[in-house]
Amino acid sequence: MNNPPPTLPTPAAAYGAQARAWNWRRALSPTGNTGDAVFRAVLFGCALVVLLLVGAMIAAMAANSRLSLREFGFGFLTSSEWNPVTGRFGALPFIYGTVVSSLLALLISVPLSLGVAVFLVEQAPRRLSRPITFLVELLAAIPSVVYGLWGIFVLAPLLRQYVEPPLQKWFGWMPFFQGPITGIGLFTGGIILAIMITPIISAVVRDVLAAVPVTQREAALALGATRWETTRVVLANGGPGIAGAIILGLGRAIGETMAVTMVIGNRAQISASLFEPSYTIASVIANEFTEATEAIYLSALVELGLILFLVTFIINAAARLLVWSVTRATSGTARA
Amino acid sequence: MFTTKKTTRRAGRNVAFAVLLAAALSALSACSGERADSTTAGVSGETVRLQGAGATFPNPLYQKWLSEYGKINPKAKIDYQSIGSGGGIQQIQSQTIDFGASDAPMSDEDLKKAPGEILHIPTVLGAVVITYNLESVAAAPLRFSPDVIADIFLGGIKRWDDARIKADNPGVALPATDISVVHRSDGSGTTAVFTDYLAKVSPEWKTKPGAGKSVDWPVGIGGKGNEGVSGQIKQTPNTIGYVELAYAVQTKLPVALIKNKSGNFVEPSLDAVTAAAAESLATTPEDLRVSITDAAGASAYPISSYTYMLVYKEQKDAAKGKALVDFLWWGIHDGERFAKDLQYSPLPAEIVEKASAKLNSITSGGKTLRS
Repeated sequence: MNNPPPTLPTPAAAYGAQARAWNWRRALSPTGNTGDAVFRAVLFGCALVVLLLVGAMIAAMAANSRLSLREFGFGFLTSSEWNPVTGRFGALPFIYGTVVSSLLALLISVPLSLGVAVFLVEQAPRRLSRPITFLVELLAAIPSVVYGLWGIFVLAPLLRQYVEPPLQKWFGWMPFFQGPITGIGLFTGGIILAIMITPIISAVVRDVLAAVPVTQREAALALGATRWETTRVVLANGGPGIAGAIILGLGRAIGETMAVTMVIGNRAQISASLFEPSYTIASVIANEFTEATEAIYLSALVELGLILFLVTFIINAAARLLVWSVTRATSGTARA
Repeated sequence: MFTTKKTTRRAGRNVAFAVLLAAALSALSACSGERADSTTAGVSGETVRLQGAGATFPNPLYQKWLSEYGKINPKAKIDYQSIGSGGGIQQIQSQTIDFGASDAPMSDEDLKKAPGEILHIPTVLGAVVITYNLESVAAAPLRFSPDVIADIFLGGIKRWDDARIKADNPGVALPATDISVVHRSDGSGTTAVFTDYLAKVSPEWKTKPGAGKSVDWPVGIGGKGNEGVSGQIKQTPNTIGYVELAYAVQTKLPVALIKNKSGNFVEPSLDAVTAAAAESLATTPEDLRVSITDAAGASAYPISSYTYMLVYKEQKDAAKGKALVDFLWWGIHDGERFAKDLQYSPLPAEIVEKASAKLNSITSGGKTLRS
């Protein structure tokens, strides 16, 4: 869009009601059109509402966690004790559980989702890609409590009987796969999260890949590239969009409550083993908020909410930085 | 080509923005509390609206009461929201509801925070049962002494073939496997009753985990709600846990017999729970705030408890106060007959009498409301 050259300030003598109205319009919209000015003001208002909402949430949580902030200070982040009876609270096991379960989910889900999306866009015949796309999108619509019940009645026994014992047999020398096998724990939590975020990531990646122009593929093929090499070119071009998809999945994984609560074991501990029960921030808030009556207990739970906010923010920022640096490098080589 | 690339980038950026927002919202949705609407009394004296909230455990019975009472007295419009005992106590303190409900009685500290005197009206009794998953002993129910239960949940007794479990269950073939403990992960009255019992029978439990709606469990994994605990027990061999009696009966879980103070192994049943309340009459204080776990008496089931309605002694609005008192009076007299069908134990006659006296003492502007 071409902006008109900025006009010179009107002489002071011309400042009437009309002139002021003119300036008001000019200030709001570069074109000086009333409709555009109103349109722009409305859009700006929408953006402002989002900002205000986030600001109000942070302010409310900070205000309600005042008691806990004063009582425990920085120690809240480093303490592993969570004892509602004695009123001693620490957030470390919950932060650990949230971060590890989400990363585990991404580790499983990202290759799977990329595979699904690439297959649907690049390889699958139309009569196959339509129903698969539909099914993947259907997965995204299942309520999380259903995933949770399925997790506890189907997935957990399945993992306990057929997946965890061989993992322990072959990889038991690693600390991640030691300890008693119950089917309930960080491992099951990570897998159920992976299943939940795969449809989201793959659906968005599919759209991103579909948006990469056909001319790119034709150009690559014309240069003698194989199918695999062409796919790499397409993936490199969709890089930022794929990054967005992954972050969208991560956001869901971090905030997911019901399904994880059902299968993670809800035990505030830090253990290297993925088979041990763990606990996430969202789960502990959902579990204990309704029956928390003492002021300090409530305050500690609200502070956990604040920490979840910050953890989400930090992980998102880190993920974006990482993916940006990676895609910048790969898109450079793809172009060369 | 350059322009298309730019649009893809921008799409990615938009997605990321949507993510930040979604993450922010999901983080918060978990912490938002519920608030009941404050109610308005019928100005004309015709229809009266009452709002109650609190414990989830008696919710099925209270909903039954509301529907039955609505048939008899259609002018009283009463709502009950099962938001948890903690929420019930908070909302009655802040006077956003007309009556609260809680499984555990309010603490002295909580009572002091309320702007007026709050009465505890017991409505029915509930119990907590020990359930387990042991294929080899499916035939007869297991038996447990109080100290054995405490040590299992403390992590002291780690295996099913422990000598002390064997001593309680002579002739039962117990497997040589580890015990997996399952407890509630959400704050609940069920946990409060169970840990209150453990703290009474085990000095070690009293000093370390203590009693409360959520405690720092020494061992085990947490399941959300009765369904979470029973789900994990059903799916995992060699587990042990606790759930509400009503839930265990409805889902046909195996339940253990518990040794009571008189030395008898008692099966959890509705009558054994009412017996525990009746046997505790001597120790029941005037305000009816009492724990009846570990009750004496030959037939008393030891892990039992009252559940209460919470009402202000001085009602601000005479019309609403009268409707409330009439409803509660009907509940603890006529309403008790619905209790057993829904797997709640009815109050013993002596407690109904004491609770009636409490209802009679409710006033508005100095006048008693019950005529």
